[in-house]
Amino acid sequence: MIDVIDLKKSFGDVEVLRGINVTVNKGDIVVVIGPSGSGKSTFLRCLNCMEDPDSGSIIFNGVDIADMKVDINVHRRHMGMVFQHFNLFNNKTVIENIMLAPVYVRCQERKKAGREGRAVLTKAQIKAQAREEAMGLLRRIGLEDKADAYPSTLSGGQKQRVAIVRALAMNPDVILFDEPTSALDPEMVGEVLDLMKDLAHEGMTMVIVTHEMGFAKEVGSRVLFMDEGQILESAPPEEFFLNPQHARAKEFLSKVL
Amino acid sequence: MGKIGIGWTALGDGFDLKWSKFVEVFIQKNGYVKVLEGLRNTLTIAICGLVIGILIGTLIATVRVLPKYKRLPRVLNGFCSFYVGLFRGTPMVVQLLVFYYVLLPLLGIRMSGVQVSVMVFGLNSGAYISEIMRSGIQSVDPGQLEAGRAVGLGFAPAMMKIVIPQAVKNILPTLGNEFIALIKETSVVSFVGAADLYVAFSYIGSNSYEFMVPYLVMAVIYIVLVMMISLLVKIMERSLKKSDRRN
Repeated sequence: MIDVIDLKKSFGDVEVLRGINVTVNKGDIVVVIGPSGSGKSTFLRCLNCMEDPDSGSIIFNGVDIADMKVDINVHRRHMGMVFQHFNLFNNKTVIENIMLAPVYVRCQERKKAGREGRAVLTKAQIKAQAREEAMGLLRRIGLEDKADAYPSTLSGGQKQRVAIVRALAMNPDVILFDEPTSALDPEMVGEVLDLMKDLAHEGMTMVIVTHEMGFAKEVGSRVLFMDEGQILESAPPEEFFLNPQHARAKEFLSKVL
Repeated sequence: MGKIGIGWTALGDGFDLKWSKFVEVFIQKNGYVKVLEGLRNTLTIAICGLVIGILIGTLIATVRVLPKYKRLPRVLNGFCSFYVGLFRGTPMVVQLLVFYYVLLPLLGIRMSGVQVSVMVFGLNSGAYISEIMRSGIQSVDPGQLEAGRAVGLGFAPAMMKIVIPQAVKNILPTLGNEFIALIKETSVVSFVGAADLYVAFSYIGSNSYEFMVPYLVMAVIYIVLVMMISLLVKIMERSLKKSDRRN
């Protein structure tokens, strides 16, 4: 589904990614771990071109999205992203946060369909439909009573769960998680991880940057160990955690486990 | 003490007469029509100027926060800096005079004083509002724009739906100040022949040979206008605070 070929990225003089090659298949749960400053987050952010790669390609569903000529917005709609600091839209209510992108995209499609003379839903119908779907997603995470609340009134765990269903609302092919539990109070980590586990069991493809080794072990289908902008190991979790091959990985695991 | 006392007595002595002269011109010589017309022009210039200013200002501010590694944003940015420098670097009166007596005749465009004033006020406040708006946009967490882009919105829709509404909320008090400044600055538009409040009250003054009361009343009208705007801004702030409320 995603093929990363020789991905390189520098910030100024600092070479953050030095040639990454990874393939993510449908249904994979790829967990990226490594010491801080190893380029994990940058790698993840390059996958949907949040950071533009300097060189290399990212083939997503057959299209090289690292090519600047590609309309990246179209492809991002198939790649959800969940941030460390949630980044819910502060000026929108919870349900508006979830509805925003689906409504926007369907209204764009509506314009196009209208020009081509095809039958279209009215804007009100699109909104009603999106609201219905968003309510379904909120019910799933047990927050339907917060639909009309603003994000500032939610706890960290609630915010992150809303952020995850906001990504789900677009029916993405893959969801990218950038340290989704690092900004949470310890007691709220569980509810977010549980939701992510649910998604994993449903077969959602996920790429997760995390420091939660237990989660990586339990849910991951593959662990990528990164250091200094390179992937040093790529192995199933049981293999990686029991028998790391690389000296750097051994050292890292001895510190965190 | 004594002097001030005499001053006030003098004012008090003649005040009845002065007031009646004012009322006479105000009512019988159609002074109120002029005042209403002046009020309308003042408000038209300030409000239209503000609206145009917000549009221009938002556009410039957006250009100025664009990532600068491509050529087009850099060229646009240079143009915007030049524009802001030009309009902040000259007094409003000078801009009015230059547009009315130099630029428009050169271009062969005929416009009324009010139209020119609306245009110049819009262009001028656009320069100021762009800086206000830029600080507003920069006060919004960059994660907000990122999240918008991540769900597949382009730069422009993400800015319009997510960043700018939050920026406007943050800068609303400052925008209110800008509107107040605009209202007060309309008192110079008579330089290009637009009939504002000043023109109306001068008319009353010169027809009653008495300037004290007309100018006092004019001051009161300005104060009332400004107070109304302050109140309006407060109400808007409160309704926009909704999203900040914590349970």
